[in-house]
Amino acid sequence: MRLNKILKNTLLVLTACLVLSACATKKEVATDIQGQMQGDVYTGTDTVKYLADGVPDRVFFATNESILTTASRETLRAQAAWLRKNPGINVVLEGHADERGTREYNLALGERRANAAKDYLMTYGISSDRITVLSYGKERPVDSGSNPLAWSKNRRSVTVKAN
Amino acid sequence: MTKKILILLFILIPINANALIEVDITRGNLNPLPLAVSPLSIDEESRKGFEKILKKENIGSEISNIVENNLRTSGLFNPLDKKAFLQAPDIANLKPRFEDWNLIKAQALITGKVNYVDDKLRVEFRLWDVLAAKEMMALAFTTVPNNWRRVGHIISDKVYERLTGEKGYFDTRIIYVSEEGPKTQRIKKLAIMDQDGANNKFLTLGNELVLTPRFNPASQMVTYLSYFKNMPRVYILDIETGTQEVVGDFPGMTFAPRFSPDGKKIIMSFAKDGKSDIYTMDLENRIVEKITNHPSIDTSPSYSPDGKYITFNSDRSGYQQIYVMKNDGSDVKRISFGNGLYGTPVWSPRGDLIAFTKLHKGKFYIGVMRTDGSGERLLTENYYQEAPSWSPNGRVLIFYRETKTNSKGEGFSAKLWSIDLTGYNERQIKTPTDASDPSWSSLLSN
Repeated sequence: MRLNKILKNTLLVLTACLVLSACATKKEVATDIQGQMQGDVYTGTDTVKYLADGVPDRVFFATNESILTTASRETLRAQAAWLRKNPGINVVLEGHADERGTREYNLALGERRANAAKDYLMTYGISSDRITVLSYGKERPVDSGSNPLAWSKNRRSVTVKAN
Repeated sequence: MTKKILILLFILIPINANALIEVDITRGNLNPLPLAVSPLSIDEESRKGFEKILKKENIGSEISNIVENNLRTSGLFNPLDKKAFLQAPDIANLKPRFEDWNLIKAQALITGKVNYVDDKLRVEFRLWDVLAAKEMMALAFTTVPNNWRRVGHIISDKVYERLTGEKGYFDTRIIYVSEEGPKTQRIKKLAIMDQDGANNKFLTLGNELVLTPRFNPASQMVTYLSYFKNMPRVYILDIETGTQEVVGDFPGMTFAPRFSPDGKKIIMSFAKDGKSDIYTMDLENRIVEKITNHPSIDTSPSYSPDGKYITFNSDRSGYQQIYVMKNDGSDVKRISFGNGLYGTPVWSPRGDLIAFTKLHKGKFYIGVMRTDGSGERLLTENYYQEAPSWSPNGRVLIFYRETKTNSKGEGFSAKLWSIDLTGYNERQIKTPTDASDPSWSSLLSN
């Protein structure tokens, strides 16, 4: 077919025209903005609410990561202690991603982050029956900014009372 | 919702087997073919008849406007200004004076007429090769008057097919997510419209978050993700009857759904314990099969048009990349090896290409590669864009694009865009509200 031939030629030309930069992929490393970020993990308190005195409701993550930082583990231990003291309370762990990813992958990533928090709570004695995981992906940012600080606030798992 | 269109289509004169004019669709809009769309002629009695039913003063002109608009937006044709036309529509349809059309540099001419016959709309049209002074095609349709827009789309498809040698994509619809409200609290509804933006309708009320609607290629069925009762699950919706149904009984989030090419299965992700795997469910016997089994995130599955292969997105290498496997989950191969992250693979209806979203150095690209990962071509670069969906003929991609907000977090918008496979003819598709997650239907008529 003539069409096929033309198509092939065009593809060749277009491919040849493409200039791809040759640098390896790196994570976007954000700078420390006013002491509110470490690496690209949010360390500020702007958006944090408290489940009880000294019990922050959320933990933050690095880009594309679901690893709990030292500060996050401390927060979750406080949450576990509070849950042990209040055995009647169940929680939903809401996992979120920033806007710099595709929607479907971010849904999975939010689930993975909330599960990291859930696993940690369970190792501190909280039964999985009391914990529900819910991912919002990039659908519910707390900060509508398009900058590294806003994104760092949005990469989070929030513990919400379910009853 | 849509009545099944009843169109009696017959060929008035056999199509000349020898190609006369040809449009090279691989070259994009570098040199769109100049053509004249003469308004469809209409006698006074028919005109009045349609004016009464359809509230349109001249339905002949309205239909030819649809044809003209479709052909222009394809980027392959340049419809000429009607003011320059020398010949009246009714005379031109009988026998064009080719010298007159040649004079205004038209290479092709579309003429036709509309009649009101037994409460029906009867349209005939002809496509002429001006330089060769020959008729290339003549067709007639009879349908209910309310289908007048679709008649315009079908004429456009026939002209496109005759001049390019490939099926058109005008008699189609787009399902998408309508978005309103502040970025932190978006209200999202399913919406559907004709490919040209007409007949926009909302299918859900916005009470719960809905995402990623996709058409069944074989019927007017849609699959999507809904947060009904705060439980994100895959649903199917029959857009003719409005009935909705959750797909399967999974103890957790199901998402990223698509139909198999025969429309009989849903393929999707199920997330549990921080892992997302790919599953299928047969819509007839409800049998659920697990296709991938890996501690990574496996999502955004899409079948090849023959149903034998699946492309999907996985971070099993450490970052998001594109993979291809057999439909039973065996023979998994990574195909994306360029710089950056790759997501949302979607197999072309022609079978030869996979479209994707790429994130590299803070920019988002829509691109295509061959199914073995070779021949990567990036079509468009922007601050944020993703989720390409193919036109049914595999020539055009529709996707959505979001804008960067300012330092106060204002100025966010989400819009639908389309781009030709050649990388030319990028254009915004107008929607009444902000919009995302578009999915292109198959041709409604064939």
